[in-house]
Amino acid sequence: MSISGNWYLVVSAILFSIGAVGLLVRKSVLVMFMCIELMLNAVNLAFVTYARMLNDIAGQVVVFFVLVVAAAEVVVGLGIIVSIYRSRRGTTADDLHILHG
Amino acid sequence: MITMLANVTVPDATVFVIASLIIIGGALGVVLNRNPVHGALCLVATLFGVALTFLEQNADFLAAVQVIVYGGAIVVLFLFVIMLLGVDKSEGLGKEPLKLQRFLAVIVGCGLLATILILAHINWATGATSASGPVSSTTTPNINLLANSIFTSYLLPFEATAALLVIAVVGAVVLARRRTVVVSDSFESPSDSQDVIHDPDGDSGASDSGQDEESGVSDSASGTSDDGHPQIDRLFEGNEEPQDTEEEESLT
Repeated sequence: MSISGNWYLVVSAILFSIGAVGLLVRKSVLVMFMCIELMLNAVNLAFVTYARMLNDIAGQVVVFFVLVVAAAEVVVGLGIIVSIYRSRRGTTADDLHILHG
Repeated sequence: MITMLANVTVPDATVFVIASLIIIGGALGVVLNRNPVHGALCLVATLFGVALTFLEQNADFLAAVQVIVYGGAIVVLFLFVIMLLGVDKSEGLGKEPLKLQRFLAVIVGCGLLATILILAHINWATGATSASGPVSSTTTPNINLLANSIFTSYLLPFEATAALLVIAVVGAVVLARRRTVVVSDSFESPSDSQDVIHDPDGDSGASDSGQDEESGVSDSASGTSDDGHPQIDRLFEGNEEPQDTEEEESLT
């Protein structure tokens, strides 16, 4: 018998929390993006785990769509970062103070 | 805890423990590394660990896609941008202006973890299984089941992702394109505009943020009011010049 799904959910929760803390702590926008990827992976892991626990393929389909959305998000986000770097000469969150209104 | 591990075979437990260690160690490396390049490499480790858990849970196709798309495309894109911008120097957790923020972030993270674990312990799953087909069967491999589900039940979301990818590509091209100055016939010389920009810098000893905004506003205002020539993209282009001069002034 393989590992119970609860353990995977625990790992998923820990991974999501680490990603959330990193998103709050770090200043570099690139590292913040990586932390968002960590959180997305945690959610993917939870989806696959539930797909196995409930024996339902829909969980894996959702993971497939999350992968596509993550790829699109990274492309646009990195484009924004490059654009910001051109005008601000820096990629920390402090360089985005022009957005504060 | 002991009962949950009672029936587990040794290889399964070993794979799970190794995958978990890789995942959590890689995630901590992403958060704690000063160098973004090392962080990206730790992210690769985490992604491989997640792919390992996918493999162990009957998600063969997703494990392959995880390695190819995440580890092969997204992380390489990250590394491209890191090295293209040259921000791979050590700027990390050492200098943090907000002292309280890190403490609060750790508290929020622990609260989040506790909330997730409590909610997972309540077990909201209804137990209604196989709404859209089983994950694995003895006759059909996982990839066939996944493809059947994607191309029949979830065909419309699949086509929507195609539109999403096209929009993302167009957006990336628009964002990465170097902006050209769109001016029709007569163009204000750069020296004039720089004089106008330098005025608020010399007068006011405001902070960086104030200077940037003031210079941008005065630039656009001078472009329209003084000469009467509408300048469309000067506002964005003008942001580069005062930034450089300010850096030089701060250095000297």
